[in-house]
This record gives sequence, C-alpha cells and structure tokens, in this order.
Amino acid sequence: MADTLEQKTAYISLQHINKTFGNYQASKDVTFDIEKGKLYGLLGPSGSGKTTILRMIAGLEHQDEGDIYIDGKLVNDLQPSQRGIGFVFQNYALFPYLNVYDNIAYGLKVQKKDKKYIKQRVEELLDLVGLPGLEKRYPSQLSGGQKQRIAFARALAPNPQVLLLDEPFAAIDAKVRKELRTWLREMITRIGITSIFVTHDQDEAIEVADEIIITNLGKVEQVGDPVSIYQTPKTPFVAQFIGQSAIIDNYSVLKGFDNSDKYSKAVIRPEFIKIFKYGTHNQNESVLEDAIVKHIIFRGNLFEVELDVHGIQIHVDYPLTEAPLEVGEKVQIIISKLYVFDENDTETIINSGLDSNSLYYI
Amino acid sequence: MIERILKIGIISWIILLLIWYLGALQYDTYFLPSPLETLDSLALLAGNGTLGADIVASIGRSLRGWGLGILFAVPLGLLIGNFKHVKYLVEPILTFFRFVPAIALTTLFLMWFGVGDESKVMLIFYATFFPIMVNTIAGVASVDKSLIEAAACMGAGRVRTFFTVIVPSAVPYIFTGMRLGLSSSILCVIAAEMLVGSDGLGYLINSSKLYYRTDWAFAGIVTLAVIGFLADRLLQLFGYKALKRFGVRKA
Repeated sequence: MADTLEQKTAYISLQHINKTFGNYQASKDVTFDIEKGKLYGLLGPSGSGKTTILRMIAGLEHQDEGDIYIDGKLVNDLQPSQRGIGFVFQNYALFPYLNVYDNIAYGLKVQKKDKKYIKQRVEELLDLVGLPGLEKRYPSQLSGGQKQRIAFARALAPNPQVLLLDEPFAAIDAKVRKELRTWLREMITRIGITSIFVTHDQDEAIEVADEIIITNLGKVEQVGDPVSIYQTPKTPFVAQFIGQSAIIDNYSVLKGFDNSDKYSKAVIRPEFIKIFKYGTHNQNESVLEDAIVKHIIFRGNLFEVELDVHGIQIHVDYPLTEAPLEVGEKVQIIISKLYVFDENDTETIINSGLDSNSLYYI
Repeated sequence: MIERILKIGIISWIILLLIWYLGALQYDTYFLPSPLETLDSLALLAGNGTLGADIVASIGRSLRGWGLGILFAVPLGLLIGNFKHVKYLVEPILTFFRFVPAIALTTLFLMWFGVGDESKVMLIFYATFFPIMVNTIAGVASVDKSLIEAAACMGAGRVRTFFTVIVPSAVPYIFTGMRLGLSSSILCVIAAEMLVGSDGLGYLINSSKLYYRTDWAFAGIVTLAVIGFLADRLLQLFGYKALKRFGVRKA
C-alpha cells in the first residue's frame, strides 16, 4: 500500500475511500490529492458526503475501506491528535466555561508546554486573529464572527500542519460572512497552512478556495481551480451545479446548436447570452435569435431578464446602463455556448455560427 | 406599575394573611390560630430557645444527608453517564429503587441505623440521592459532542476529556439535581422527625398536638417554609454567582 503512493506534490492523499453509515453510503471510492500550502474547498449539496470526507481526514470518522496519507504517512490508524491537524467546527465548539485564553491554551496545555510559552503563543494568536485583549472574555460574550476567529486561533495554537474547517461561515449572518471570508483567505495565505474547508455555497468556494473539490452523492465529481470548474465542467452534475445554471431539453432548436444531437440536454448560464435591442445588432446575423421579454427583475446592480426563445425560458443578466427593456418587448439574442450532457458525459459546445473573433467580442 | 407590585408578590401575601386572619376569627385558637397568635408563639418558642434548637437540629440533619447525597450521587452519576457498561449494570436496580419513596423505608432504617440521627440522615441521603444522580446522568448525556471532538483533536485523552469537558458541561444539570435534592431533603427530614425523635421542626410540629398547641404547629410550619425558601434562594444565588460560567442561569 504505502509503496504505491506516488510522491509528487501530494501532501494529503485519499485513495479509494468507502464509508457507509448503516444503509447510507457517504463516500464512494473517494480519491484525490491535496497539495501543500493550498486552500481547498470541498463543495457539494447537503448530503453529498463532504463533511464525512473532512471528518475522515481528521480521524473523527473512520473509513471502511481505503487509505489516507498525510505528509506521506499512512494515518488510517492514528488518533486525531496524532495527525497534525487543527479542526474548526461548524458551531465553533468553544468550551463555554473557559475564557478565551484558556480555550486557545487548551491544546498547548495538553502538550504540557510551559506557562511562559503558552502565554506568549496565546497573545501571538490573538494578535493574528485581530482580537488582542479579549483573553478574559467568555464565549457567550463574543459575537459570531469573534467566536469564529477564536475557534480559528484555538485550532492553530498547537501548530498543526493541516487546518480543516467544517462550514466555517454557515452560522454567521450574511453581512459579516463576506468580511470573514476575505479575512480567512488572507489569514491562510499569510500562515501558508494547507487547509480544507467544507461548504455548500459555491460563491464561497469560488471566492475563497485555490482548488475546489466537488462532491455529489458520496463521489468526487471534479477537482480543479475555480476557473476551470466554472468554465469546463467535466461531469453533468458539475455543469448543472455550478453557476446560475438552467437546463434546457430541446436545445437543437437554437441557432448554431442544431447540428449536435449526441447529448439529450443542455445547461445554459446567464453569461452565455447577450441581449440586443431589436435591429441594433447587425453582425453574426445567422445566429441572432428572436426572443420576447417575459419578466424583468431588478437585482440592484443589474436586471435579471426572463426571455422566451422558441418556448424555452431562459434568464439573462442585463446591465442597468443599457437602454431599458420592457415586458413584452421583442429583442434579439446571441447564445455563445452551451454545456450539453447526458447521464454520463458532458461537453462544451460553441455556437457554430460564431467565429473566434466574435466569440471574443461577446 | 401595578404589574411590578404584583410581581414582587407582596399583594399575594397580604391577601393570604387577610384570608387567614378572617378565617381565624371564625374558629377558636385550638382549631385555627390567627396570624398574630402564630407570631406570638413564634416569639415564645424563639425566646425559650426551643425553636432555635429545633432549627439547628433539622438543618443539621438535612445538610448532612444532602451532603452525603451529593458526595455519592455526583461521582456515581458521572460514572454511569460516562461508561456505558456501568450504566447497563447499575441502571435496572436504580430504576427500581427510584420509585421506592424514602418514607416507605423509615421503619427499616430505624431498625438498621437506630432511633438516633443516623437513621434520619441515611433516610435523607436516600431521598436526595436519586434526583442528584439522575440529573448528573442527564448532564453527561447532554454534553455537546463537538466539544469532546474538539478536545480529541487537540490531543486530550479520555481522562482529561472527562475532567475538562464532560464534568464542566454537566455542572448546570448537577446543580439542578442539587436543588431538587435540597427540597427533598427538607421534605424528608420533617417526615422522619415526625415519626421518631425528640427534637427538630418535625418533632415540634408533631408534638404540639400533645399539648393542644395548634399555634406551635403553625409556628413550626411557617419556620419550615421560610427555611426552605431561604435555602433555595441561597443555593440559587450561589449557583448564579459561582457557577455562572458553567451556564447556571438565574431562575
């Protein structure tokens, strides 16, 4: 087993992990590698097995089959504390009866570090998370964002090699969440610690992670950086899951896509479509589609426009700066690409009526 | 304003005393002594030292029994809660005895521990034991699993986790058990003293009938109520002040 592990840049490696809870299979042949120093987002819908993967890496859960390596070492039989990980729990799991100082010092006391070192380390971490002077506070006296930062400091205190975060922003209100995301991103970059966080929120994953691991029904669907996940989904699930994706069945009625019937369905996203006021656009006439404006929803920074194209309902973003549209208005659109898929496979197809120049233009 | 006065409870007391006073007018003092007569006999009993001695005797017994109860029930509850096997072993027996009230055991305890203080203390011990233990077990069961996992991730072993996570998390439940135990200890000490003995508030209340001094019985009952009330308030205050960080809340 150990000798078959390829030592490229993999810092953590999961190989053929299976895990069941009763009749429920939480992990199906999960295999992926984690590079040192990067921040990974484990992204998937609820029940997709992402938290189980995180907990198995931590040693809080044990796989039925398969191997987990951390830093080249097989850790299958190691306790959480022997794996060199720090874990940040979804509900923070701060000890409510200990003050901030004692919470952060907990792991250091277990390691029997001397008092002076502990004091210095706690102060250092409180400075790092931007909450100096809060040593004497109890968790109940902290805001959600502060608790999160203290939980982060506590997990880092014993100098772990890997930081694991379970839905780190789920319990925080929307306003603080964005701020905390940026903060976490900067913090992890500064420390340079290999980190994995679980989330069901794709915006969060795309914004924060260096690499995204997409899970669905216990399987890993795709691993890649946010841009490649977004632009070249490799499985039907990813194509549908990522972005504001809508599914259309009879996509071959659309101009420029009529020659592809290998796949039964297609995914379309708002950013694939461009709207023109009727008759204002005179290039690429062969692919201009007529469409009717069905609804216009004001989204603050843009309009979301629902269009009817050959009976297909699609949503498109429309900038506030363009000439305003009206419900019932006839417009023209160009669809630049689609993700087509069937049960097993997915492919990106470019509108055949567009040349590369006009693609760039769109 | 009216709501605030009502909330203090002073109105309720005035109404109760008034009803008591008016009721007492209808009957003679042997049947129903008035509030003033009760106050007189309280002063009399306090003056000649009887009341003080009885209070000390009763409180002493219940504190000893209650203390013993805490001493045994808390560790046992923690063990049962923490170790499944101990739980399986002990639970059936405990569930059985839980429904045997202390009063039912008085005769047996008198026979086994004598007519002195011991049998009473043991009876109170028995009565306080269950509420404290059952609550302690519940406290262990209520521990947030993620706290245990957090401790495990930071390298804490079973023993350390027990003392730094499980015990502190169970404190509010243990405290509730102690409060319930305290009230059953007072209940039990009175019953035990009424059945046998020569001092204590229970004896005072029970023996007053021998002298046709209903007012003494009333004096004893009022004292008892005040003691119970004060004891619970003191315990709550202690809980709130000293155990606040464990999550013990003001009632």
